[in-house]
Amino acid sequence: MSALREDLQPRVELTLDIPRIREQFPILRQQIHGKPLVYLDNAASVQKPQAVIDAITDCYSGYYANVHRGVHTLSERSTAAYEGARGKVRRFLNAASTREIIFTRGTTESINLVASSYGGTHVGAGDEVLITTMEHHSNIVPWQMLCERQGARLRVVPITDAGELILEDYERLLNERTKIVAVVHLSNALGTLNPVREMIRLAHARNIPVLVDGAQSAPHLMIDVQDLDCDFFAFSGHKVYGPSGVGVLYGKARHLEAMPPYQGGGDMIRTVSFEKTEYADLPSKFEAGTPPITGVIGLGAALDWLSEISLEAVAAHEQMLLDYATAQLDEIPGLRFIGTARHKAGLVSFVMAGIHPHDIGTILDREGVAIRAGHHCAQPVMQRYGVAATARASFAVYNTRQEVDALLAALCKVKELFDR
Amino acid sequence: MSDLRDLYQEVILDHNKRPRNFRVIDPHSHKADGFNPLCGDRVTVFLDVQDNIITDVAFQGNGCAISSASASLMTEALKGKPVAEVEKLFQNFHDVVTGESEPSASLGKLAVLAGVRDYPSRVKCATLAWHAVRAALENRTETVATE
Repeated sequence: MSALREDLQPRVELTLDIPRIREQFPILRQQIHGKPLVYLDNAASVQKPQAVIDAITDCYSGYYANVHRGVHTLSERSTAAYEGARGKVRRFLNAASTREIIFTRGTTESINLVASSYGGTHVGAGDEVLITTMEHHSNIVPWQMLCERQGARLRVVPITDAGELILEDYERLLNERTKIVAVVHLSNALGTLNPVREMIRLAHARNIPVLVDGAQSAPHLMIDVQDLDCDFFAFSGHKVYGPSGVGVLYGKARHLEAMPPYQGGGDMIRTVSFEKTEYADLPSKFEAGTPPITGVIGLGAALDWLSEISLEAVAAHEQMLLDYATAQLDEIPGLRFIGTARHKAGLVSFVMAGIHPHDIGTILDREGVAIRAGHHCAQPVMQRYGVAATARASFAVYNTRQEVDALLAALCKVKELFDR
Repeated sequence: MSDLRDLYQEVILDHNKRPRNFRVIDPHSHKADGFNPLCGDRVTVFLDVQDNIITDVAFQGNGCAISSASASLMTEALKGKPVAEVEKLFQNFHDVVTGESEPSASLGKLAVLAGVRDYPSRVKCATLAWHAVRAALENRTETVATE
């Protein structure tokens, strides 16, 4: 693993021109409390390149109209751009068909769609849904609601102190009552990269489908849903340099075809009478109502932008930042990492002795450094480690080693202030 | 860092490190839990009220320096006060930490928290324990949430 990283580093420095990439993010050109902005809250939401901002502006100022409706020119152009973005998402995920790409409001809605539609028809009384300890609330609560409704049982794969799933326990928990597995690819609270391919293989050996929550992994890793062989994959636009309010659900066509619609309304029908409604084909069946048109178009622009700079190079750059930050922060006395898995990506989560993460967050902000402090919508993870909250620095392609140094200097000021 | 020292004053850091009245009162006449869902901070306040006077007040919990220090300072401020004065003192404190009024002498030591007004996301940290005390005195049993 480390050998691979070393191999990648020199190549990345040749291919990624970070100053040029930073220039494309207008928001980064500002000072916060008189200090240059160091934005390290990318796991919450990532900033947008000019190409995405332009794509949204161009649509609104040039060719905006409702999609799939009009015979007029603007509607046709909007529809072409909207459906063009679906093709870009298909390529981004290497899905077999655009029929398998459903636009939603975000990862949360994607998971709710599966829990409600697939879960509602496949999970019954006495059945089980299997998730893990390190899930985000958005991959816990929809399943909990489903289990309550159906009289099913939510089971949870435990983790080690390092923050790794215990695979033997996972295997043991898979049984004939298990109707679906829902697992986070990359943990937003711990940074753990889960062995989802192996988990999918083990589940499929028992004919159990798997949903992968890719909210955090999509911006950091190359995703190939056919290679993973996952049944469902969910991610959000705003974490892959696209706009907020749009997300994606990938589902294998055979599942999506058999599933009942999630919401009823316009665009998801073929014919409607008061006696009977015939539903539209995929993907429209799951896209009731006017969709987030510019959101989808902006997401398409973001994926174009990402593919131009190469996600492989992005991943290697972020891995370098993670390794550097881990080594630097490890030098701070009293700092403890929450999540020390062997395979991590994108973020460091930590606590400092005697200093609450919220105080760290406030003090860092005055130094221009934006991090997240809190429970990261993963309260069961916090309970597992016996902490109320952690501080989290998370990386994107535009971050630099100098910014990690700024984080370190700001953390030293936190200690200075509290130890005085 | 001068403005940060306005927020994290010595008194606040001292009460954070060595919170006063950080204990359980058993038996007590009033008790309530407070919770800030935004950050997960929790506080439980206990009061002993006799003849409408707060004879003892204490707290337990887990929170940031601002919420711990505020809870600690609050217990000191309330001990020996008539129940009727709590609401007035809370309003006074609330107006100061939200920047609606300047600290006056009647606020006493609580005025050290005035710096919170420059940090809008931290106002709830400073008021959490107060919300819990008000709930306790009103005999509300459900956990008070700041959100």
